[in-house]
Amino acid sequence: MTGVDVMFIGVGLLTTGASWLAVLSRSVLYAALWLVVTLLGLAGCYLVLGAELVALVQVLVYVGGVVVLVLFALMLTRSGVGGDVQTSVPHRVFAGVLSAGVAVLLAVALTASVGWEARTIAASDSAEIGADIFGVWVWPFELLSLVLLLALVAAVAVARGAGTTESVSEGSPT
Amino acid sequence: MSPALPMMLAALLVGAGLYGVLARRHAVLMLIGVELLLAAAGLMLVTADSLLGAETGSGPVATIFIITIAAAEVVVALAVFTALYRLRGHVDLDVRAAAAEPDRSDFDEADGEVPAR
Repeated sequence: MTGVDVMFIGVGLLTTGASWLAVLSRSVLYAALWLVVTLLGLAGCYLVLGAELVALVQVLVYVGGVVVLVLFALMLTRSGVGGDVQTSVPHRVFAGVLSAGVAVLLAVALTASVGWEARTIAASDSAEIGADIFGVWVWPFELLSLVLLLALVAAVAVARGAGTTESVSEGSPT
Repeated sequence: MSPALPMMLAALLVGAGLYGVLARRHAVLMLIGVELLLAAAGLMLVTADSLLGAETGSGPVATIFIITIAAAEVVVALAVFTALYRLRGHVDLDVRAAAAEPDRSDFDEADGEVPAR
């Protein structure tokens, strides 16, 4: 077991524990904050795996953008510390058994398919990733910019127009 | 490093995300579960690039694309939650809980009429 193994196991344990706390904690606000820890731990995993660019994008977009949006949504929907919706105990037990089964199945299948022997980390460097984005993947990249623009416009339209009682009662629900 | 370690972490993240989607009925918490599922997919792609001997850099590129699409998805989903909150007063996705509050959930799409509050 090398130092890289120890580092990955440490960061992976942090990520796993934080992800369980994110889905198990009763408070919605704490769940969002544990999601921050999970995503930061995942960025650490990317760093250990040698993908610095992906780790930076993860921190910038997820921790800086997505989680802030989630916190804003919690504030706007006034579902803070006590705003959880509890499901019934059999429901949660069934969900736990099913998700544990899926996790065990995936873990067994994936570890059996890749094997346990150690390999050297040979990640693509940032220049290679950049050449790939603007070479092989340039059309999906441009399509993604369009998707982001559409998502922003649609989000503004949905959040402002449709759904408000004023615009619906006026008969113009767009 | 053995590629089985990141794969096991991805499987555990899938389990946590699936539990979040299945067991919770708060809309934002279900969204957190979906984010965990997407994170597991990204981790597997990065692992395939770093440890499984992929020739091109497509693994990190696909991971960055997944992160971008997840950001767009979160923006639209949270706009829908905000509109849902204005309409119903809560973001509970459970049908029984919605039916249990007649003063909040009697918005009928058939006649498109919203009770004045």
